[in-house]
Amino acid sequence: MSYTITVNGASLVLDVPGDMPLLWALRDIGGLTGTKFGCGMGLCGACTVHIDGEATRACVTPVAAVVGKQVTTIEGIGSDKVGKAVQQAWLELGVPQCGYCQPGQIMSATALLRRNPKPNDRQIDEAMSGNLCRCGTYTRIRAAIKRAADTAGSPT
Amino acid sequence: MSMSTGLDSGISLTRRTLLKGAGALAGLALYLRMSPSLGAEEVRKYGADAMPGGTVDNPLVFVNIDPAGLVTITIHRPEMGQGIRTSLAMVIADELGAKWEHVRVTQAPGDEARYGNQNTDGSRSMRHFFAPMRRVGAAARMMLEAAAAAHWGVPVAEVAAGEHEVVHSNTGRRLSYGELATAAMKQPVPERARLRLKDPSEFRYIGKSNVPLIDGPDMVSGRAQYSIDVRMDGMVYAVIARPPVLGATLAKYDDSAALKVPGVLRVVALEGKPLPPRYNALGGVAVIASNTWAAMKGREALVLEWNDGDNASYDSASYRKILEAQARKPGKVVRNDGDALAVLAKSKKRIEAEYYMPHIAHATMEPPCATARFADGKCEVWAGVQSPQEARDIIAENLGIDNSRVSVNVPLLGGGFGRRSKCDFAVEAALLAKIMEGRPVKVVWTREDDLRHDYYHTVSLQHLEAALDEQGKPIAWLHRSAAPTIVSTFVANATNQSPFEVGMGAVNVPFQIPNLRVETAEVPAHTRIGWFRSVSNIPHGVATQCFVDELAAAAGRDPKDYLLELIGPPRRIDPRALSDGWNYDEAPDVYVVDTGRLRHVIELAAREARWGRELPRGRGQGIAAMYSFLTYVAAVVEVSVENGVLTIPRIDVALDCGVLVNPDRIRAQVEGSCVMAVSLATLGEITFERGRAVQGNFHEYQISRIHEAPREIYVHLVPSRFDVPLGGVGEPAVPPIAPALLNAIYAATGKRIRQLPLRDQLAT
Ligand code: FES
Ligand code: FES
Repeated sequence: MSYTITVNGASLVLDVPGDMPLLWALRDIGGLTGTKFGCGMGLCGACTVHIDGEATRACVTPVAAVVGKQVTTIEGIGSDKVGKAVQQAWLELGVPQCGYCQPGQIMSATALLRRNPKPNDRQIDEAMSGNLCRCGTYTRIRAAIKRAADTAGSPT
Repeated sequence: MSMSTGLDSGISLTRRTLLKGAGALAGLALYLRMSPSLGAEEVRKYGADAMPGGTVDNPLVFVNIDPAGLVTITIHRPEMGQGIRTSLAMVIADELGAKWEHVRVTQAPGDEARYGNQNTDGSRSMRHFFAPMRRVGAAARMMLEAAAAAHWGVPVAEVAAGEHEVVHSNTGRRLSYGELATAAMKQPVPERARLRLKDPSEFRYIGKSNVPLIDGPDMVSGRAQYSIDVRMDGMVYAVIARPPVLGATLAKYDDSAALKVPGVLRVVALEGKPLPPRYNALGGVAVIASNTWAAMKGREALVLEWNDGDNASYDSASYRKILEAQARKPGKVVRNDGDALAVLAKSKKRIEAEYYMPHIAHATMEPPCATARFADGKCEVWAGVQSPQEARDIIAENLGIDNSRVSVNVPLLGGGFGRRSKCDFAVEAALLAKIMEGRPVKVVWTREDDLRHDYYHTVSLQHLEAALDEQGKPIAWLHRSAAPTIVSTFVANATNQSPFEVGMGAVNVPFQIPNLRVETAEVPAHTRIGWFRSVSNIPHGVATQCFVDELAAAAGRDPKDYLLELIGPPRRIDPRALSDGWNYDEAPDVYVVDTGRLRHVIELAAREARWGRELPRGRGQGIAAMYSFLTYVAAVVEVSVENGVLTIPRIDVALDCGVLVNPDRIRAQVEGSCVMAVSLATLGEITFERGRAVQGNFHEYQISRIHEAPREIYVHLVPSRFDVPLGGVGEPAVPPIAPALLNAIYAATGKRIRQLPLRDQLAT
């Protein structure tokens, strides 16, 4: 079965079963490997992408479900003003350790800031608690979200 | 070669046997090389010299400068989040006088003959390579100066390297590094004795936090390449159904349904090897497909039957009883000062406690993964392994080819923590690549594979007893440690912890107690036991540091004052006087146990945390301090327990590792250590039933999330001093956190937690 989806503004034609998770379609077929595999069950957030702006776990989202929707991945988030501010804050505060979870963290943080430009600690907890980091970068993630909130200004 | 290693387990092995046919065992040999009885002609080597490949400081191996002035530094140690690609580059660039914006790095493949030791484990990278990498940078700088002097026809004493250029002092003429590059590379490499190293006051990057993470931009944009991101023409994807019990063999399997899954190309059985497990592939049935998803679906469709074998009896609940029984009776004595048993027997005030800690899994966020291609009798591998040369040797052994025909490339590691010291997953990829000759094969582990086939952190039970005098000071201390040993992964039926394990916080407690006895218990292993970041320091730290807190409470004393009193006045102790002949394989006269430094970090952490201040109800502070990986660390954890729910508003950690090379990354390692330690103290547990690991994914094996992690972590670094040898950084901050946390819970609630993880033990 062939599906055409929109990823980072471009069309991607996928000749895959409709139940293939978006994660594997992006990575193995689309060659977009920035979106990571961590659990395959929606438990770790490593695979977070935006679907029509909503932070979504690509590992539990079938390809068939995203036809006609806008998918944004870590490779494309830098063209968003908020996404760019988040990436910048991540660099300024030296958030990444191994870096593996960070694409997912950045996608979740960007989605948060787009809907809530000045999140408090509790709101950060709520938005980010689905993203695991085994290296333990949480204190810097929190600080970087606040930094990005200061620099991003109002969402686009 | 008559060298024999007297293992604690009572097995005697020659070094030859250990190393026979196997770089497989090089890592273990490191751990086993504690106090071997050396032949008369052999002198024990220490530190980097004791590591396979030793160190290399040839600038031509590590530095390349192109005519445009771009400096490319080869990093031979794998990057797993410790920031080593940035930090080693900083060291070279500093001595070289390179401008950071002109520095790039490239990752070395596994080749210890060329680069020196690459086994990135044991918090060793900076400890062993700070000095050699300084020499690399200095030598390259001197070659640039020599080339400039030759070009101008002036004595070399008249020229000096500045920032990415060499200047002739008399005339002010300058030549950039790019202009000098070709000629400089042809200059003779200066001898070590002639090298002019910078004075620390001249450092521009070392000790500063002014250099951004070299991989940062790639990591935040999705461009960073991990093993799982490797893509090659014609590549196929494999997922393996492994034996559910260690040592189980495949009875039969039916792959007909699997082969019908669209995308599945082939199903092959992989034979496992006899135990001990070492770094061997576990065997099983591999499903090879055109994409990862198809391989996973194919595996689900397999019908498998196993002969479980002896380890099917492994059950965590009954095993705990074995640990308890063994820890309650006399074991093998590994330290014995005075006569602790006699003093305990007639003591009026005797305190006793037992601490239990389950298996935990590394759970790196990137599950194990490797790609290999076999063609023309050669195997090329891409695998995020911590010890690429060992992986190369073991793969060669498994394929039955010379290691010169195997290459191991090292992408970024999505976490290591000791899991990726074991290259079993890379061996799997190589074996499958040989079967699929000519086609690259990527083996992907699912999270379930990872959690159910780890080399687990050992399960343990620590039994402690102390006798207190009238003033509440301990006059006798007995610590019996029961835990399956890591040696069992390499030597069948090994049963007692070995010197390297008890040397991590059990025997080498620097307490002034006249009668002090440490014993290990004889207990078997039924799963793969491996080292997990900080290793035995974690259970031993919980046991000794919580027990001290219990003694302080029994004596009615402040825990910090009591701990300091137990440590006693500043002094430098030869580790052998603490019955520690291992000492992280470092020279005992160079790396001594300095109680002054230990006291200092305790006082620093306490002061910064405002130890002892009034706290509201339900809040408490706990303290603990550990000397591990040659570094001194103390932690004060502050907790709040409200309606049975634990939160951690603040942790203060003071750390003294000698020289601070990259302070920002040291802080990052400490922060990460706090989170990982909180995770294992509060949530982490792998249990076994019928020989099978029960937990399969993050809903069952939990790790701390952002709201469960400490809210604030303050890292207090003792300023650099160059008169002491470098300590480790990646691991030593983990061990004090869990005991400080448990002690804080006691301070807040009056409840002693002696069993990890905490989970709902505070529920009211
Ligand atoms: S891989 Fe999707 S949430 Fe973990
Ligand atoms: S940075 Fe390594 S898992 Fe988050």
